[in-house]
Amino acid sequence: MSDLGIRESSVEGGLGQSPLRPDGIAKSEGAYEFSSDLSADNMLIGKTLRSPHQHARIVSINTAPALAISGVHRIITADDVPGKPTYGLISSDQPVFAADVVRYIGEPIAAVVADDEEICARAIDAIEVTYEVLSALADARLAKDPSAPSIHPDGNVIREQNVITGDIGVVGDVIVEDHYSIGMQDQAFLGLESALAIPDEDGAGVECHVATQWLHEDLGQVAACLDLPESAVRLVLGGVGGAFGGREDLSLQVHVCLLALATGRPVKMHYSRSESFLGHVHRHPAEIWMRHHATSDGMLLKIEAEFVFDGGAYASTSSAVLVNAVTHAQGPYRCENAAVKGIAVRTNNLPCGAMRGFGVVQACFAHERQMDLLAQACGLDPLEIRRRNAMSTGDRLITGQVVESVAPVSEIIEGLSRMPFPEGAGDTEKHPYELPGGAGNTTRPDDVVRGIGYGLSIKNLMYSEAFDDYSTARCQLRNGIVTLKFATAEVGQGFITIAPQIARSTLGLEEVELEVIDTNVGSAGSTSASRQTWMSGGAVEAACLRVRELVYQHVATAEGTDPLVYTIDGTELVNTSTGGRRPMNEVVVGLEFDEEVEYRHRPTVPLDENGQGDCHTAFAFVGHRAVVDVDIELGLVRVVEISTVQDVGRALNPLSVTGQIEGGIAQGLGLALMEEIIQRDGRIMNPSFTDYLIPTIADMPPVIAELIEIPDPQAPMGAKGVGEPPTISSTPAVIAAIQDAMNTAYGSAPHLRRVPLQPSDVAKTVNVGLGD
Amino acid sequence: MVALNHGSQRIGPDELVVSLKDVPELSIIEVDHEQRFLRIGAGVSWDELLGAPVDTLVPCLTQAARTVGSHQIRTAGTIGGNIATASPAGDGVCALVALDAVAVLTSPEGQRRVSVEHVATGPKRSVLANDEFIESIEMPIVDGWQAYSKIGTRNAMVISVAGVAVVLSANSNSCRIALGSVGPTVILAEDASAFARDSIDWSTIEISADSLERIGELVQQAATPIDDHRSTAAYRSHSVGVLARRLIERGVQEMRNST
Ligand SMILES: Cc1cc2nc3c(=O)[nH]c(=O)nc-3n(C[C@H](O)[C@H](O)[C@H](O)COP(=O)(O)OP(=O)(O)OC[C@H]3O[C@@H](n4cnc5c(N)ncnc54)[C@H](O)[C@@H]3O)c2cc1C
Repeated sequence: MSDLGIRESSVEGGLGQSPLRPDGIAKSEGAYEFSSDLSADNMLIGKTLRSPHQHARIVSINTAPALAISGVHRIITADDVPGKPTYGLISSDQPVFAADVVRYIGEPIAAVVADDEEICARAIDAIEVTYEVLSALADARLAKDPSAPSIHPDGNVIREQNVITGDIGVVGDVIVEDHYSIGMQDQAFLGLESALAIPDEDGAGVECHVATQWLHEDLGQVAACLDLPESAVRLVLGGVGGAFGGREDLSLQVHVCLLALATGRPVKMHYSRSESFLGHVHRHPAEIWMRHHATSDGMLLKIEAEFVFDGGAYASTSSAVLVNAVTHAQGPYRCENAAVKGIAVRTNNLPCGAMRGFGVVQACFAHERQMDLLAQACGLDPLEIRRRNAMSTGDRLITGQVVESVAPVSEIIEGLSRMPFPEGAGDTEKHPYELPGGAGNTTRPDDVVRGIGYGLSIKNLMYSEAFDDYSTARCQLRNGIVTLKFATAEVGQGFITIAPQIARSTLGLEEVELEVIDTNVGSAGSTSASRQTWMSGGAVEAACLRVRELVYQHVATAEGTDPLVYTIDGTELVNTSTGGRRPMNEVVVGLEFDEEVEYRHRPTVPLDENGQGDCHTAFAFVGHRAVVDVDIELGLVRVVEISTVQDVGRALNPLSVTGQIEGGIAQGLGLALMEEIIQRDGRIMNPSFTDYLIPTIADMPPVIAELIEIPDPQAPMGAKGVGEPPTISSTPAVIAAIQDAMNTAYGSAPHLRRVPLQPSDVAKTVNVGLGD
Repeated sequence: MVALNHGSQRIGPDELVVSLKDVPELSIIEVDHEQRFLRIGAGVSWDELLGAPVDTLVPCLTQAARTVGSHQIRTAGTIGGNIATASPAGDGVCALVALDAVAVLTSPEGQRRVSVEHVATGPKRSVLANDEFIESIEMPIVDGWQAYSKIGTRNAMVISVAGVAVVLSANSNSCRIALGSVGPTVILAEDASAFARDSIDWSTIEISADSLERIGELVQQAATPIDDHRSTAAYRSHSVGVLARRLIERGVQEMRNST
C-alpha cells in the first residue's frame, strides 16, 4: 500500500534524498571487510581441483600422494557428499563434484583442505586423476540437432520456447533480416568468490559467511547437499564486491561447508581471478536471426526470430534467460504478429546463467540493429522509426500480456531528441589521449569520424512465470529506535541505504539501525532481476506501515479518537482533525512493536507452448544515445558521450540511481567494445584482467542522464527497479554510433552484427589488402 | 612476482626470489651531453621515464612508458624487467630497439654489451644466462624526431596488439623503425627503415605520399604476426603498416616545421 502524498515532507535521510551509503567511506578507504578478508582462529584453507578436459570419463582418482604431503588435512570428492549429489537453481543437474564424467574445463572434481594456500596448491598438483577423454560438443547449433550425442542424462535441450501470435502469414512492404551474435561476457565483479565456514562445536551444523546474491536459495541447496536440516545451516552475508548475476548459482558454498564439517575447523576458500572465471556462470553467448516486416512508412507488421543460447554444461537459469529473450524480441515497440523460436542447449562449454539484463541484452542487441536496418530501408531517421512504433501503457505484447506498467517510450524518445550534442566534433586541437587509441598515441584529429547511434529497450522486473517471488522484512521499534531485519543481499546496489530511508519516511523517525544480513529471518529472494527496491523495499515499507498503524492505534486509544485521523508529516505525528502536531520521537517513547511482513508481487503464469500468457510482473523502459569518435583506418573507438533517458518510476535515492545508470552503461559499453571470454576448445584464452578487458576511465565517457519519474501505481512507493536497463540498450547504441561513423566514412559499410566489436570489423573495408 | 602469484610460474623449495628493488646502482639515470649519450639503470621505473631528463632526450621511450599498464604498474615495473621478460609486446623494448640501445649484462664473470634488439631470442626466451642480470641500458641521444604508438583494444592499460617506434636522425639522415607484437620478438624493420632514409628528402625535409604508402607496405612485409586471443594476424600487419606510415609522415612534418 503506497501513500505517495505525504512522503515528500522532510525527514533527514528520507526518501527522495541521497544519504550516503553506510559502507561508502569504509569502502573508499579500503577499510571495508569483504568476504575475502574474513578469517577465524585456527582456520584452514581449502582449494578446488578442476577438470582439465572439456568432456571426459573419470577412470580413477588417487588422492594418496596428496594426502601424504605434510600440512594436508583432508581431500574430499563426490564420494564424500553426504546428501544430494547435485545442485542447481532451476533443475538440480550440476554435481557438487564430478563423479564419473566431467563436462567442462574447470568442473570441480575434489577439494583439498590444508594449513595454507601453498600446501593446497601442491596437494592439488599431487592428486592423480585418470581420464578417458570423450569427444566434446562445443557448438550450440550442433547440440540442438537431435542426432547429436547427449552430453547429460537430462539431454542437450534445456528448453525450447516459441512465441507465436497473430497472423504469421503477413508479409511487409519492407523486410529486413540478419544474423547476430553475442560473445560470452563475464560479470567481472571485483570481489572474488570467497567464503568462511565455521562448524558448530558439536559438529551438527555449520555457519557459512559468504558473498552471495540470495542467502535462502543457497541455504536450501547447501543443506540438501550436506544432508542437514536447514535449521542446522546458517548463512551470513560476507562483504560482497559486486555480483551482476554471477553469484546466484552456488560456487564454493557446499565445498567449504563440507571441508569445515570434515575437519571440525573453520575453513576458508577464495578463488583467484583465473579460477573465478571457471567458478561462476557467464552471460550466454547467443546466435540470433531476426526478420522484421513493416509497411513502407515503417510501421512494424511482424517479427520473426530464432534464438540459440549456449547454456554450457549445466542448466543454471538458462530456461528463464531464454524466456526473457523470446518474450522481449519485439523491444519497446508495438507489433501484432510474431513467429519467434528459441532454444537453450547444453554444450561442453562453461555453464552460463544470470547476468545483468538476463536474456534481454541479447534480444535487444538484435532488435535494435534491426530497427536501424528498417530505418535505413524506409528512409527514416533512427529516432523516427522508433517514435512511430513506440509502445505505450495498455499495449499488448507478443505474449498477449497487456503492459500495465507505466510505459513512457515516446517520452524517452522525445527526451533523447532534445539532448544537446557534445562539442568537439572536428576539433583539431584535441589531445591524442582524448582520441581513439587513447594512451596508445595512435590517432590525430584528422583520422577521426564522428558517429551517433541510439538504442531503446524494455525490461521485465522481478521473477516471471508463476515463480513464488517474495521478500521478508521485519521492523522493530524500541527505545525510539527502528531496527530493520532482512536477508536481502547487499551486493553494492544500495539496499542498505534505501531501507533506512524507507523506514525514516514511513515512521518519521530518523534513527534506524540494520541487523546482520543472514538467514535468521525469512527469505528476501534474490538480489537480481532489478527487484530488491520493489520487493524488499515493499516488504520494509509494509512492515514499517504496520508498526505505524500500531502507533496510531496506541495514540488513538490514549486520546480517545479514531486511528484514521493520524498521519505523519516529516518527523511529526499530525492529528488531521485537530491539526495538533507532536514529534514522533516523543510519541514513541516507551512503545515497543515488532512486525514481520512477507511482500509478494502480483501473480504471473507460465507461458503456453505458443508463448502466450501474462508471464511477467512489470516492465521498465530506457533509451540511450551514444556519440563516438572512430579512427576508421585503425578501427579504434573513443566513446565521447552517452546520454540516457530512463523510466525509473520514482528515484528514491537519486545518487544511487545515477550510480546504477553509470555503472550499467559501463558494462554495456564493455560488451559493445571489449568484454568477451574467448574459449578455444572449451579453454579460456584470457582468464585474467590482463586480457579480459573491462572499460577503464579512459574508455568510459561522461554520462548525461535524465530520469522520467512517473510513479508506477503497482510499485511500492512508485519506484521501478533501475539496475538492469542501463546495461541493455547502451550496447546497441554504441554499435549504432560506430555504424553511423562507418557509413559516413565509407558511404555504405557492412552491417555490424556481432559484439564485442573488434577493431578489424571497422578497419576491414579499408583497401589495404585486408580483404573482406 | 606476478607470475608466481598468478600460479603460472612456480618455484621449487630450494629456489629463492631476489628483489632488485632497492639496489641504488640500478636506479641511475646518467646523461653524457658531450658524447650525446644516456645510461639508464635497469631498475628505473616507468614512472621515472615519464619525466626529465628522459622525456626531452629520448621522447619515444617516454611515450612508450606512458602506454604501459596503469599508474600502479608504472610505479612498480622497471625497464630492465621489460627487457628480461622478452615479450614481443614489450613497449619499452620496441622504443629501445628503434633507439639502437644496448643492454649492459653483468654476471660473476664480468660484463657484456648486447644490443636490446638481440636480448630476446623468442617469446619469453633471451640470451640472459642464469647468473646474469641487466645492469643498465645505454642509448644515443638522437637529434631529430622520434615517437612511439601502440594499438590495444581499449584506450589505456592494455597489452599491445601492435606497436611501432620510429626514430629519425637529423644528424645522420637515417631512420629506424621497430615493430612490436608482430613477430616472436620486437622486430627492426630494416628494409622499411632503409627505404624511409632514402626516400626522405633531407634537404627540404619532405616525403611523397607514394613513399609513405611504400613504407607501410614494407613494414607489413617485415611483420610475421600470429592470430591469437588479442587480435588477428591480418589486423596486426594492417595496423603496423598504418602506424609506421602515420609516424613517418608526422615526423617529417614536425621536423620540417621546427626548422
Ligand atoms: C597489469 C600489468 C600490465 C602490464 N602492462 C604492460 C604494458 O602495457 N606494456 C609492457 O611492456 N609490459 C606490461 N606489463 C609487463 C611488465 O610488468 C612490465 O614489462 C615491467 O616492466 C616488468 O618489470 P618488473 O621490474 O616488474 O619485472 P618483474 O615482473 O619483477 O620481472 C620480470 C622478469 O624479468 C626478470 N628481471 C627483472 N629485472 C631484471 C634485471 N635487472 N635483470 C635480469 N632479469 C630481470 C625477472 O626475473 C622476471 O623473470 C604489465 C604487467 C602487468 C602485471
